[in-house]
Amino acid sequence: MNDPAELIAVKQIDGVVEELQVRDSATSIGEHIVEIVSDSGEGAQKCGQTFGIVSARMGNGVWTVEIIPAEIQPPARTPDGASGIRIRLGDSLMTNMGNDANLVVAFNEQVLRSRIASNAYDEKTVVLLDNMWASDRDEKIRQQYADALLEFAEYGLEVIELPIQEECLKVVPDPRKGKNMFVLGMLAHMYSRDTEKALAEISSIFARKGEKVISTNHALFKAGYKFAYDSIDIHYEIASHSEPDKRMVVMNGNQAVGLGIMASGMELVAMYPITPATSASHFLADEFQRVGGFVHQAEDEIAAAGFSIGASYAGKTACTITSGPGIALKTEMIGLASMAEIPLVIIDVQRGGPSTGLPTKVEQSDLLATLFGAPGDSPKIIMAAATISDCFHFVILARKLAESFRTPVILLSDANLATGVQPFERPEVNDDWFSSPIDQSEWDKKVSAYDWDEETGLSARPIPGMRGGEYVVTGLAHNRYAKIAYDATTNQAGCSMRSRKLAAMVQTLEPPKVHGDPEGDLLIVGWGSTLGTIEEAVGVARENGHKVSSVHLRFLSPFEPGLREICSRFKQVMTVELNYSDDIDSPYITDESRRYSQLAQLLRAHTLLDIDCWSTVSGNPLQPGKISRVIIDRAIQIEGEN
Amino acid sequence: MFGLKSDWSVKANDRYFTLDDYAGAEPRWCTGCGDLAILASVHRVCREKQLLPEKTVSVSGIGCSSRLPHYMKTYGFHGLHGRALPVACGVKSRRPDLDVWVATGDGDCFSIGAGHWVHALRYNMDMTVLVFDNGIYGLTKKQTSPTTPEEYQTNTHPSGAVLPPLNPLTVSLGVSNISFVAQMVDWNPPLLYETIKAAHEHKGTSFVRIVQRCPVFMDVMNDEMLDDPARLLLLNHEQGIPVPDGVGKLFENQLDHDPGDLSAALGLATDLSKIPVGLLYRNPDARMYNEISSNGLDLSHEEKLAGVNEVLDKFLI
Repeated sequence: MNDPAELIAVKQIDGVVEELQVRDSATSIGEHIVEIVSDSGEGAQKCGQTFGIVSARMGNGVWTVEIIPAEIQPPARTPDGASGIRIRLGDSLMTNMGNDANLVVAFNEQVLRSRIASNAYDEKTVVLLDNMWASDRDEKIRQQYADALLEFAEYGLEVIELPIQEECLKVVPDPRKGKNMFVLGMLAHMYSRDTEKALAEISSIFARKGEKVISTNHALFKAGYKFAYDSIDIHYEIASHSEPDKRMVVMNGNQAVGLGIMASGMELVAMYPITPATSASHFLADEFQRVGGFVHQAEDEIAAAGFSIGASYAGKTACTITSGPGIALKTEMIGLASMAEIPLVIIDVQRGGPSTGLPTKVEQSDLLATLFGAPGDSPKIIMAAATISDCFHFVILARKLAESFRTPVILLSDANLATGVQPFERPEVNDDWFSSPIDQSEWDKKVSAYDWDEETGLSARPIPGMRGGEYVVTGLAHNRYAKIAYDATTNQAGCSMRSRKLAAMVQTLEPPKVHGDPEGDLLIVGWGSTLGTIEEAVGVARENGHKVSSVHLRFLSPFEPGLREICSRFKQVMTVELNYSDDIDSPYITDESRRYSQLAQLLRAHTLLDIDCWSTVSGNPLQPGKISRVIIDRAIQIEGEN
Repeated sequence: MFGLKSDWSVKANDRYFTLDDYAGAEPRWCTGCGDLAILASVHRVCREKQLLPEKTVSVSGIGCSSRLPHYMKTYGFHGLHGRALPVACGVKSRRPDLDVWVATGDGDCFSIGAGHWVHALRYNMDMTVLVFDNGIYGLTKKQTSPTTPEEYQTNTHPSGAVLPPLNPLTVSLGVSNISFVAQMVDWNPPLLYETIKAAHEHKGTSFVRIVQRCPVFMDVMNDEMLDDPARLLLLNHEQGIPVPDGVGKLFENQLDHDPGDLSAALGLATDLSKIPVGLLYRNPDARMYNEISSNGLDLSHEEKLAGVNEVLDKFLI
């Protein structure tokens, strides 16, 4: 069924192939932002993911971001129930979700309202809307539809009503399951997608469901393709950008995390279901056994951390994957791993907080919680992935660091990376990344269990099974022999040895690279998934003649070296983050009372510079248009002061 | 042995371990504490089984009971309050070659760690779990524990504990996939030794509730039993805990109980008029999670490399 000849055959039957060649003059565009929005369960996301993957396979730059309602089955035809996906595709590398959508396919008019409220559209946005509601049996629905159309017209949207439901009914009896593939077909024609790749992708999506389901979905795709060809006067093409000699893979950040774990040599992931982290474990549940790995679904977040620590202690460095509320629950365990110097990798796919917060939406709000959450001083390494590719490579680095520095390593990702899809160069997996068999040689009894090197704080670690290395791990204050000791000097010594490891680690890091000129008026500092947006926005500001640069931090604990020096070369430094800070113009907020965003707080303490911040907790990924305005406004202000 | 060196005769064994080889630091438990008897039995079982110290891991939480790893000369993990079981399960998950023991208490296991208790029993990983149940928080000085007898005065309930105590046996027996539930008292060393030995020999999670004396903070719970041996009911069976010669005579109440009979075990656990000692339930066929969690340990680097590459290639553009 993957044969493109069959699609062509369909067209031949309809006698349109030759005509297709003649009429098919597509407009060439550099990039477009497409959204598909529907009620939950109508498969808009699957449609958009497939569209994105096919586009990536055609060599386009692609970034996708999901629009996810917090409930599984929210009420139909409600703004809050909007479920969907945004795909930004173009002829260059796409690093973020972009600004206003160019084209939207909506399965009903109500879900559009929430997107309009999120400022996702402007007057140039074209909306293709299923017109089935105009003739609904329920008068109320007909009225809602008519009202909405008036409203959209007032807003300035161009709405094209299409008989999508009606057309789907010609192929399947219940278009609720299948309309998404019809729409995929429509988009495939409108954006000149490779139908062979699309059909192959559909086959792979439904592979588990059998041939019948595959052929139905192929039929829907073809019907949509033909419908667009016949009835929609929109036809674009987007040039390919990827270098032909580079082998690229396309996946989302959670899949990249999963693959990173497989390549890292870790054999155990212990987890408890939590959005938006869990899909990484779903992926591993399917694939982990290929590297002899095992996913343990624990009874709770604490047990997941404890289970991982147990395995790590016994010589098999393990990983636990979670999101903010899970980090809160694991905090005591992470403190234990720090205190007892047990290697452990914790992956935190951040979501909106506080508390249960915004489970499906993005924030970068766990930085301070991961850094300072545990009681007492519990130093640990914290890294943040900025790209999908980082999600893969940083896991491998995390295990290495955890073992080398005998410490927990927290890798921060977020909801934006988790569901964002972006192509990147296929990693060449090196079997040095796998763990060697556990060392079971005899332990030199003269070496203590925490044989701290005074200069680096590092020590070798006896693993159960090593004869002569028997020792007792304890979370109580202990000396270098792992013996409990409450005296004045022991805890001081232990704390300084554990802290020294971070100082030693900084020696292995390079200062971060500045994007743009190394000096100027304004330096933007970011971390995590906002990299693409910030650099795009800085690019816009620079094109407009402003002396703006940016730096993006991959290590949050310890910081990469040289930050004070880098920051000092700019008149002002401002972090841009997805977590809360007080707006300086709000009541009672003064320079003294203002609460800064999380990285800004750390950087102010770290550099002793008056670092400002701009941050938001809207739950949405940052958009380059918005950020470039923020940056340019600030740059103009500084220029005025010059 | 006519002047031969004493260790000459054991050369054939390569290594022979005495009780001293398992004894770690000097115990700091109070005089008269039942924990000392439990530790002595654990040491004896280790010696009897000639466990390799380097392959033995004792895991504990926090509390008086949880000091046990320090008193063993094996690998040990003295972790967080209530969290011994998840750590122990993690140790076993990818190291089936390790012999895992858990020392926990009534507060550690039945209160703060209660969620893990139920689930660890269901995982049924091959390990020996000893609950030192003295019915009181000792290390933090006399607060009510889940098994504190009703009306017993504690620092958190000065007018007496307000609720009936939790019944660890009915809870444990109610967990699906449970494979070994025994109850013992600390003041009968020969039976305690036999119980711990049987628990260690069992494949799966052996749950042993040990009613244990706390001479400092809890008197009624144990004194009652010590003063009135008729309250104890010795469970006899050829599949049960072997009762050493002479020890059985101490029990005026005895019952022939088939440890394969879950309903009968639940009946015994529910009847609060008698305290059953011995093996209540044993199911050697329960599924062991460590057999699942240790899948794939034998994969070579070549196989792993091929595995990752195959999955990566699925994402090739």
